[in-house]
Amino acid sequence: MSGTQDRLVYMANQIARNFAVQGEAVAIAATARHILDFWDPRMREAILAGDRAGLSDIAAGAIARLQASP
Amino acid sequence: MGYEPQADFGTPEVRADTQVTLTIDGRSVTVPAGTSVMRAATTSGGAIPSLCATDSLAAFGSCRMCLVEVEGMRGTPASCTTPVAQDMIVRTQTPRLEKLRRGVMELYISDHPLDCLTCSANNDCELQDTAAEVGLRDVRYGYAGAHHLGQQPDLSNPYFLFAPDKCIVCSRCVRACDEVQGTLALSVEGRGFASKISAGQRADDFLSSDCVSCGACVQACPTSALMEKSVKEHGKPERAVITTCAYCGVGCTFRAEMRGEQLVRMVPWKDGKANRGHSCVKGRFAWGYAHHQDRITTPMIRESVDQPWREVSWDEALAFTAGRISAIKAQHGARALGGITSSRCTNEETFLVQKLVRAGFGSNNVDTCARVCHSPTGYGLKTTFGTSAGTQDFDSVMDADVILVIGANPTDAHPVFASRMKRRLRQGAQLIVIDPRRIDLVRSPHVQAAHHLPLQPGTNVAVLTAMAHVIVTEGLADEDFVRDRCDWDEYQDWARFVSDPQHSPEFLEAVTKVPAAELRAAARLYATGGNGAIYYGLGVTEHSQGSSTVMAIANLAMATGNIGRPGVGVNPLRGQNNVQGACDMGSFPHELSGYRHISDGATRTMFEQDWGVALDPEPGLRIPNMLDAAVDGTFKAIYIQGEDILQSDPNTHHVAAGLAAMDCVIVHDLFLNETANYAHVFLPGSTFLEKNGTFTNAERRIQPVRKVMEPANGLEDWQVTQALANALGLGWAYTHPAQILDEIARLTPTFAGVSWDRLEREASLQWPVNDQFPDGAPVMYVDGFVRGKGHFVVTDYVPTDEKTGPRYPLLLTTGRILSQYNVGAQTRRTANTAWHPEDVLEIHPLDAENRGLKEGDWARLASRTGETSLRVSVTDRVAPGVVYTTFHHPETQANVVTTDYSDWATNCPEYKVTAVQVTPSNGPSDWQEDYAGLTARSRRIAAEPAE
Ligand code: SF4
Ligand code: SF4
Ligand code: SF4
Ligand code: FES
Repeated sequence: MSGTQDRLVYMANQIARNFAVQGEAVAIAATARHILDFWDPRMREAILAGDRAGLSDIAAGAIARLQASP
Repeated sequence: MGYEPQADFGTPEVRADTQVTLTIDGRSVTVPAGTSVMRAATTSGGAIPSLCATDSLAAFGSCRMCLVEVEGMRGTPASCTTPVAQDMIVRTQTPRLEKLRRGVMELYISDHPLDCLTCSANNDCELQDTAAEVGLRDVRYGYAGAHHLGQQPDLSNPYFLFAPDKCIVCSRCVRACDEVQGTLALSVEGRGFASKISAGQRADDFLSSDCVSCGACVQACPTSALMEKSVKEHGKPERAVITTCAYCGVGCTFRAEMRGEQLVRMVPWKDGKANRGHSCVKGRFAWGYAHHQDRITTPMIRESVDQPWREVSWDEALAFTAGRISAIKAQHGARALGGITSSRCTNEETFLVQKLVRAGFGSNNVDTCARVCHSPTGYGLKTTFGTSAGTQDFDSVMDADVILVIGANPTDAHPVFASRMKRRLRQGAQLIVIDPRRIDLVRSPHVQAAHHLPLQPGTNVAVLTAMAHVIVTEGLADEDFVRDRCDWDEYQDWARFVSDPQHSPEFLEAVTKVPAAELRAAARLYATGGNGAIYYGLGVTEHSQGSSTVMAIANLAMATGNIGRPGVGVNPLRGQNNVQGACDMGSFPHELSGYRHISDGATRTMFEQDWGVALDPEPGLRIPNMLDAAVDGTFKAIYIQGEDILQSDPNTHHVAAGLAAMDCVIVHDLFLNETANYAHVFLPGSTFLEKNGTFTNAERRIQPVRKVMEPANGLEDWQVTQALANALGLGWAYTHPAQILDEIARLTPTFAGVSWDRLEREASLQWPVNDQFPDGAPVMYVDGFVRGKGHFVVTDYVPTDEKTGPRYPLLLTTGRILSQYNVGAQTRRTANTAWHPEDVLEIHPLDAENRGLKEGDWARLASRTGETSLRVSVTDRVAPGVVYTTFHHPETQANVVTTDYSDWATNCPEYKVTAVQVTPSNGPSDWQEDYAGLTARSRRIAAEPAE
């Protein structure tokens, strides 16, 4: 994993962690929305293409959702 | 405008519901009840001679020059201290009054040097004017009053002098320092004829005293006893131009007083609504950088950053730049290009830079330095209230009963507003300070915080949640307001969350280190003390929970009904002069002007039609992402207007690596700044004195910036951006920023009613200015939130991942001080260095002793990211375990030690929390020495013309 990939995973997890208090379903949707609203396409592509092992459950859920409907 | 001093009505304006009519010298005059006879006379065109009165200060009644006769009253009352009464009949000129006034004047003149012809006041002297007014011809007491004559001047302040022999002991300076500035640095020593003005203790001069060099006393002085040194040097001004300070987000307006092309002095403008005639040392005096020898006025280019700079013509520089940008675009695509707008430049300049990036480069990779300061304000206030700005005007603080200051240090960073705040506190408003450091406001003359909560850095959300816990569980919330104005279900979710015992002050004390009882008392005071106003700064935003803290603040204000009227609200204190404007102008990669998302088709279409190009519908890269992408090889060129990201952004090594990886770095600035070490193109910039445009201050007030002299580099900054756009074939043809402002108004609903002409007429406007708010909105959300119902957001306390441990046991937090500004590029090039020659590290006596450090010792400051060295100052302003420094000097490079951690929602860097270790050292670190070498090498200019 490149430094940037680590950073993206960290950022996704951080966003997910801050939404977590709203419950998993809401948090997954909010995290996906946040990434869509604020991340440049190459960042989204990179996290979709990269190793997801380091993602938290909510972050992984959000990325899966983005994969389904980018 | 020609030169006329600002009108002085003698005593302050009075606001009253009832009007009183009286007769003055046969004229019928109607004024608000409570107005002084002096002001009534002056406003109706009949000035009364005076010496100790001026309209910025309460009447004092000491000089006896302003005597009048009032029918039915005995004696000759002083008009400055006598209020008007219905049907009063006043005479201001009678033989008796003339004789009395002349007698008083003789006394003054007997102790005053008669060197009017050579005096630096150059006729701008009220004593001289008044002597002429009273027709003084003779001085019966002789001219040898020995009390003040022959005393040596105090020249210690770099900007103004005190000449005691010219002093008439009217005490206007003392009162200005007390009432206007609130510093109380001056006093009258001795009594009667022998009394003297003194700065602090007997041995003190102005520089060593408590004086903060705001200039209020200089402005108040009727003679040349306190006078700007620049007036002595350049002579009396010939014309004055109203313009806006380019330093901080208070947005003080000034009269730039000129003699030809020479700026003689900047005098705060009494009609300025942000500053009401006051100023601080930066705007008032620190403008010398405009003519500093380091300023670069010729464009320069180089093939690679290891070469020396080559001075070239504008045409060559622009052709070189356009060639590189076009080549990169052809090879790597539009998304490899980007730009950074400046919060120091005008709205129009900022708007043009983002237009160049979006419409010219073809990407949305535009960001602004607000990324590193107030981006969480944008996110947090937009989410909760629906738009991204403070809710109040500055005047509102005068109606506040409880003032809560969190993560802000107004007396240093927003000094003119702080003076207003202190005035309100002296009137009896209560103060709560939430800050790890004991900022000056906690205890200063006649001001004492009711509660100071010295929280552990990084625990803002926990403290605010605990306050909310107290407010909800003790039944102090304003549920009527919430039901009426906010989403009730969301409120209940939030209330349930904060009521959890795990969010009680007692439970959280272990984390916040704030005594629970004190926190409870503060929460009760905010909720029940009357109008509660929150003011916050970078101590809120520059954390990994910055956006959560902003939302927690908004929650607190909504829950207590402290929104939508004067005296309350949520007020971000903006750092740089035009941070608000830069954000408003669409400087963020996901937003067009007026905070509209780039994916919003209707908005984008409006811009596409106006600009005649298709826009990328996807958000672009933020500054830290641009640097990552540069290292990865997908981001290649950047145009940076008026920012020094190498010095101001976190983790200097990372920024340097990103810049070094780019093929084209264009720096558009006044000086070869630190970022320019990695630049291929340097485009010289212009100062705020050399351009037209507008700035928007922290209260959303749009104010004109006016050109008072020609740009030394030949072009205003918007012209440079336009020339670059045209080199890329965009065909822009603006001839004045007014046209850019028209375009902004056309494309931005909240600016619809703003125009240059209107600003010329009305001096300032507070957005929104549109059909709903034709004259702007001093207070927002009077009738409801922009988003409809106010939105409560549950804000979980998520601790930062930056943790202390055995190797890095201390927490570093950063800030700024009064005399310096941001990275210091401007203030370091002025005499303000008299107050702050270097950055120092504040450390608690216990921590210092453990490390064998004494005041003034060199210390090594190391984090997981890097290390630097600086001198220590041992003080209990900081708690044990916490150290503090500023980031004004490149030699220190405090950001070498700050980390990559950032706000979860906006990537605003976590400047306020870094785990560090401090150890004794004997001088600058290796990095500092290497860096000094790099700087020297990269600043070489080939065949530099002889100076
Ligand atoms: S220094 Fe100026 S303002 Fe102060 S007492 Fe003397 S004359 Fe008055
Ligand atoms: S410059 Fe300002 S702080 Fe200094 S003595 Fe004058 S009024 Fe007081
Ligand atoms: S308070 Fe801010 S805007 Fe006002 S003079 Fe000082 S730096 Fe300028
Ligand atoms: S001006 Fe009224 S007493 Fe001095």
